[in-house]
Amino acid sequence: MSSKPTLIVSSSPYLHCGLTISTAMRDVIIALIPTLLAALYFFGLPALTVITTCVVTAVATEALCQKVMNRPITITDGSAVLTGLLLAFCLPPSLSIGLSAFGSFCAVFIGKQVFGGLGSNIFNPAHVGRAILLASFPLQMTTWTTPSTAKALTTSATPAAADAVTTATPLAVLRNLEVLWGEGNSAAAAKLATGFPDISHLFLGNVSGSLGETSVLAILLGGIYLLYKGHIDWRIPVFYLATLTLITGIYGWFRDYPTLFPIYHLLSGGVMIGAFFMATDWVTSPITRNGRIVFAIGLGVLTALIRLRGGYVEGVCYSILIMNMITPLIDRYLVNIPFGGGARNEQSSI
Amino acid sequence: MFFKKNTFHSGTTIPSHKEGTSHSPIEVATPPAEVIIPLTMHIGAPAKLLVKAGDKVCRGQKIAEANGFISSNIHSSVSGMVLGTERRFMPSGTVIEAVKIKNDFENTLAEEIVNYQKPPVASPEFIRTALLENGVVGMGGAAFPTHIKYAPPTNNIRIDTVILNGIECEPFITCDERLLIERSEAIIFGLKLFMKAAVANKGIIAIEDNKAEAIELYKKLLANERELELVVCPEKYPQGSEKHLIFSTTGRTVPNRGLPSAVGVIVDNVATAAALADAVTSNIPSIERVVTVSGNGVAKPGNYLVPVGTTYKDLIEETVGGLVGTPARIISGGPMMGFSVNSLEFPITKASGGILIFNQDSPLATIPEESPCVRCGRCVDKCPMFLEPTIIYKAVKRRDWPAVAAANIASCVECGSCAYNCPAKLPLVQYIRMGKQFITTQGVGGRNPYYK
Repeated sequence: MSSKPTLIVSSSPYLHCGLTISTAMRDVIIALIPTLLAALYFFGLPALTVITTCVVTAVATEALCQKVMNRPITITDGSAVLTGLLLAFCLPPSLSIGLSAFGSFCAVFIGKQVFGGLGSNIFNPAHVGRAILLASFPLQMTTWTTPSTAKALTTSATPAAADAVTTATPLAVLRNLEVLWGEGNSAAAAKLATGFPDISHLFLGNVSGSLGETSVLAILLGGIYLLYKGHIDWRIPVFYLATLTLITGIYGWFRDYPTLFPIYHLLSGGVMIGAFFMATDWVTSPITRNGRIVFAIGLGVLTALIRLRGGYVEGVCYSILIMNMITPLIDRYLVNIPFGGGARNEQSSI
Repeated sequence: MFFKKNTFHSGTTIPSHKEGTSHSPIEVATPPAEVIIPLTMHIGAPAKLLVKAGDKVCRGQKIAEANGFISSNIHSSVSGMVLGTERRFMPSGTVIEAVKIKNDFENTLAEEIVNYQKPPVASPEFIRTALLENGVVGMGGAAFPTHIKYAPPTNNIRIDTVILNGIECEPFITCDERLLIERSEAIIFGLKLFMKAAVANKGIIAIEDNKAEAIELYKKLLANERELELVVCPEKYPQGSEKHLIFSTTGRTVPNRGLPSAVGVIVDNVATAAALADAVTSNIPSIERVVTVSGNGVAKPGNYLVPVGTTYKDLIEETVGGLVGTPARIISGGPMMGFSVNSLEFPITKASGGILIFNQDSPLATIPEESPCVRCGRCVDKCPMFLEPTIIYKAVKRRDWPAVAAANIASCVECGSCAYNCPAKLPLVQYIRMGKQFITTQGVGGRNPYYK
């Protein structure tokens, strides 16, 4: 019997829950389908171009890098597809094919493969791609188009001429509104505010912005699916969104801004997709529950700081990259106390 | 989820796979022609041999005696002739001394059993002696000599609760469930004896909620028992772990790396309670036990009462009806914490709860392909000891032993929750075991000659 080559001997446990990295990636891609559909509905063909370019380039870059680095080619696990998809969702719909491809290449190559591939990267690859594009091509990266179903926004109270193609994002309008409120120029503010989208438009996604960030409804659907599947920890979105609401709420209250000010912040820009799909990235978020809470609160504080006091109107991407940087520190210093009390400092006998 | 009663934090729900054997009554196994009785069936020093080759022994006769405080007596499970001793591999990989006894099938009982007079009242001292003399060890798997747990406390430790562990959270295994149903009287009597020995005033029988028949039975049986309580725990792995069971049933937390007695509790397996009851009522030593044989690789899965020392092969061939297909995975114990073995030439010991045999059609007959850790944190979230398995795994991989120790590797109970949930299918428990070996041997490594 012992000579039978078919008998397998290994270390316990012998049962497995069945979840693999590719099934998890597949679930995240499924969760992004509502957002994908929303992007196609609101932005049409340009959206399809950007998304296709990003996904194809990401997969090709991954395969190329792994071939050059002599590593097993793992494009079938879906992580490259996911990176491409997430990157596309934080790009403006009007971005050219060349720039989309460049961003996607940077995301996979600089964001992921140079660190050693899946599991070894420090930063969220999609946001690395976006940050590089934003730093290199600021003009193209902040040229927004209006969904065909929405009215164009403008940052100026007295628009010179209505531009049918380019427009401002709700956050940019909000920033200019803040300036007017600060000046006490209530007449101009009121005029500008009439152009500000309704809460319902912000929620459905019928506003200008990056491809995948506008429709809060679609993102929530995907986020709930991921929470149900147990792939993401509720602590990250909940604490992130709560912190952001709290800080913008207090800030707005002190400055006598309208009551809906924190809600505008919550529903505009990349906060939602950041909270559910970017910050919850397994590789770049802390591994302990308490660590994730600290991570999420840090995200909320940084996003609020950048949005309210920073040079950019949007702070999600940079706050996630900065907190990714702090993740190893959180993992090192915020460790779990074992059941029955900790003897964490106990030195080994070696 | 947060306020569920009688459970612990973290943990995993694992399909129980018990349906194949949970309704199979305990069957008495065909006695084997030869038994191989290991002199180490317990934690502690090997027992000292009292017989030699050619000696005639009776069933239940003491053939080896406890050698030191942490050790246990060993008795013959058949009547017949001692053939000699030999060194044998055990499922865990250790090599131990074992006695070979040829069965004469006359089933002659030892004099001590035949002439035994049950005392009208069993004093704590009597119970302790009965535990030691009859070689009762923890039958849940750890095989810790039970008399030590009930030794008179030395430093102000007072035991107020004895918990009988009828959780059986290992998938596939149903021997305790059947024992709970079929030997309820002995189990309740055993619990009362344990309480007496420990001078405890409360007894708890803990059963997982997937054993409906047993729960109904004990609800009835314990209805009029003032000092005994039935605690039904929700099905979750590893509910049967001692510290987690204490937390779930009493709300007390055993200090990290401490003993249950620190919080005034002793936990024993239900099979151990039944063994004690047998020892006190009729002086029958621990010479047989119920073993679950299951898996798609055996002809007749079920629960069998097997003499200690029967080899897996004899049990499978003579009682279980042989194998189905070519075995691809043989597990001694349960699928979460058992040992996968390379043959059927292992003897049943006092702590063998299960033999699982799977052929190629089973998903258990594969070694999953690993991929890199993606830091998903599922191992951390599911660890019932609140450790960080991925951190330990990475520290072991880079041989950073101080970091391994600092990550509390010693607190790991090796339940396998981390590896079960790992999407990268990393053998986390294997790395943790390796790390423990390196730590205890001061960074030199295990006793495995192949690992330099």
